[in-house]
Amino acid sequence: MSINKDTIKKISKLARISVTNEETDRLEKDLNSILKFVEQLKELNTDKIAPIASVSDQPLTMSEDEVKKINEKKEILQNAPDKNTNYYIVPKVIE
Amino acid sequence: MTDLAKLTLVESIKYVKEKKCSASELVGAYIKRIEKSDKLNCFNTKDLENAHSKAKKIDTNQKLDKALVGAPIAVKDLFCTKGVKTTASSKILSNFIPTYESTVTEKLWNEDAILIGKLNSDEFAMGSSNETSNFGNVLNPYRLNNQNLVPGGSSGGCASAVAADLTSATIGTDTGGSIRQPAAFTGIVGLKPTYGRCSRWGIVAFASSLDQAGPMTKDVKDAALMLDVISGYDEKDSTSAKKPKSSFLSSIKNNVKGLRVGVPKEYRVDNMPKEVDDLWKEGIKILKDNGAIIKDISLPHTKYALPTYYIIAPAEASSNLARYDGVRYGFRAEGKDLTEMYENTRSEGFGAEVKRRIMIGTYVLSSGYYDAYYLKAQKVRNLIKIDFDNAYKDVDVILTPTTPTPAFKFGENADDPIAMYLNDIFTVTANLAGLPAISLPIKHNKDGLPLALQLFGKSFDEQTLLNTAYFIEQQVNFKSQVKDWWMS
Repeated sequence: MSINKDTIKKISKLARISVTNEETDRLEKDLNSILKFVEQLKELNTDKIAPIASVSDQPLTMSEDEVKKINEKKEILQNAPDKNTNYYIVPKVIE
Repeated sequence: MTDLAKLTLVESIKYVKEKKCSASELVGAYIKRIEKSDKLNCFNTKDLENAHSKAKKIDTNQKLDKALVGAPIAVKDLFCTKGVKTTASSKILSNFIPTYESTVTEKLWNEDAILIGKLNSDEFAMGSSNETSNFGNVLNPYRLNNQNLVPGGSSGGCASAVAADLTSATIGTDTGGSIRQPAAFTGIVGLKPTYGRCSRWGIVAFASSLDQAGPMTKDVKDAALMLDVISGYDEKDSTSAKKPKSSFLSSIKNNVKGLRVGVPKEYRVDNMPKEVDDLWKEGIKILKDNGAIIKDISLPHTKYALPTYYIIAPAEASSNLARYDGVRYGFRAEGKDLTEMYENTRSEGFGAEVKRRIMIGTYVLSSGYYDAYYLKAQKVRNLIKIDFDNAYKDVDVILTPTTPTPAFKFGENADDPIAMYLNDIFTVTANLAGLPAISLPIKHNKDGLPLALQLFGKSFDEQTLLNTAYFIEQQVNFKSQVKDWWMS
């Protein structure tokens, strides 16, 4: 399996990252090189092996169902690139 | 007159508690060095005014009972510090000021340590040379024939700052070796605890099943003290483990009699430089001569660790970095509609290595490829973990080199991502298996560059790891050869 310019276009759409033509050329080279490197995992027979998503076998812990009052709206909005008192402002979403 | 900035963390806290110096004098000694060390580019943000006033408060109140009282500590710019800019060394967070404190840094300040600044790193912790930061390269305090060298990465700023005595100690993060490899390159101690030992809450996430915070220090006892402070269950991090309260420092034993040490044959890679092989043999001899039992072991799936890592880590990163969209915080670029705004923000806000990893991560998780890559990697990860489980039936620790080479020059791996990734070949296994591992400086090579050995421990057995490292440290008596060449 290898990556071509069409695949890069598709991935960049999924990842929401715009890429220039120059970057696409570079990415094609680099990503294929990485893919080639990771292909060696195919050498292993893993039919009877379970995948693991985490190294810890502890179950998820539950938290107490209690109300906590936290009011940090003003502080949180301080980091916003564009805002009014209660909202983040973004380019128009609905036509 | 003792140069306070040359003391270890443990020594300097003792000085403060015994009133041999004030907190202000201790902090002042480090600040004096920091102000003349911009050339190393260790700091993304300095918080010196606040540091002065906190030290003054400690001196006025004279309550000197806390574990880190008066210690000036800078931390990797991946830990959210309330009210202090936290950038992950990225343009996309270059103006971000957290409204909360990460759990592990909170623990430092609760013990009266003093924040002096945020340390430079590879962008979003992705890199092995601190060449991908938005804020420029960090220099290694060691040079080769007056040529600048990389400090390693991603915690390059951390390693360089400790080695250059710009901080009494620090905490970095380690996802594939990012504490241990730069520690090896700069001649300091770097410890990655067991996955779950320390909370990840408030740390800018790279790969959530691999990331761990850990100490980077001037010596092993300092690392033990830092681990005592930062470890512990956190209900805000569901992957943190409930373990009894530690006192690693007070339990350190200077004895390796009967210790079973595994030497894995698969870590003897092709083209391994003779000096690294000799170093390994030296480490084995030190332990053997002092009563340890050396066992040759096999970790059969070692060679698949790096490719496994380079599927899992980018995949998790592509998910974790999806939040950077320019809407609620950080850098925002123009766009005629929302989608274009996202695409331009992320294109301009992320550097090349980060974009490369997000793209690979997105690809291996995408429909049609998920089974062949990501699921396969998760299975191989299990095989790697089983290798260690089997080995630990017969040994207590495992000894290997930390890196295949000493620190290298800037730009050496610029054109080849795989060549750069190979720096992590000995370190990634610990992250994949969730095991604790420490890098310990042993000696300088013929070029005067530090060489280090790595020890892996059993899950949650940092004590044995620290004991063994402490023993070797006392035997080799490594002394820093850093000269203050960069000072203005």
